[in-house]
Amino acid sequence: MSIANHRISRRRALRTGGVLALAPWLAARADERDIANIPALAAFLAGRKPRWERMRLDLPGLADNGQAVPMKIVVDGPFAPGPYVKVIRLFSQRNPVPEMATFEFPVAVERVEVESRIRLAGTQRIVAVATMSDDALFAAGADVVVTVDACMDGT
Amino acid sequence: MPDARINVPAEVPRGKPFEVRLLIRHPMETGYRTDDTGKQIPRNVIATLTCRYNGETVFSARMSPGIAANPYLRFFVTARESGELAFEWVDDRGVRGSEHAAVTVV
Repeated sequence: MSIANHRISRRRALRTGGVLALAPWLAARADERDIANIPALAAFLAGRKPRWERMRLDLPGLADNGQAVPMKIVVDGPFAPGPYVKVIRLFSQRNPVPEMATFEFPVAVERVEVESRIRLAGTQRIVAVATMSDDALFAAGADVVVTVDACMDGT
Repeated sequence: MPDARINVPAEVPRGKPFEVRLLIRHPMETGYRTDDTGKQIPRNVIATLTCRYNGETVFSARMSPGIAANPYLRFFVTARESGELAFEWVDDRGVRGSEHAAVTVV
């Protein structure tokens, strides 16, 4: 009994270890693909590498109507004595206008959250990039499956 | 009829961020739609929007057709002094809109 338990736990340990070892690599690969897939994002970054952390882009996994999809961007604080969020840019993979929006915070604010409703021309990945006051970049992405496109008569 | 609705808390504690919600009535015309005769409807979106707090710009947004019709925005501003939160926006046709709300800092 104890041997069987031991075996299972060793197997599980190895498997978990393997996944954990792969996780950062897989995540990094996905993020690089994001940049390559969105030319506007690649142009904005111009070789700079954002850190894919500290930021969240909330979008529904499935949007029935691409005309108005609720979107929420959150950048985790605290910011106070250090650099604060200056600009947040939103990039789309498939919209005809890939630079969806730019939100600017000329004055430091401790709580950085932006909510809006966006249009999506089809199933795609959306990426938000925050520029800090010290020019550091943070990014977050989200995938949305869109049932009805926003630009049906445009395509 | 008012073109926009602003929602700020009745009283905000000094030094703390407070929630601002804004809803503007605007078609945010994408420029990709056609009318009944097949003619393209020109693009007309609110391109720029600024929010001033007692005269100082605290938030601004540049928007594209990627923002849904009747744009809604929610964000946070740090409470400093009682005063006014003033919004101003311009669309692609150059039509300007503005709306303001009173802020009471306690």
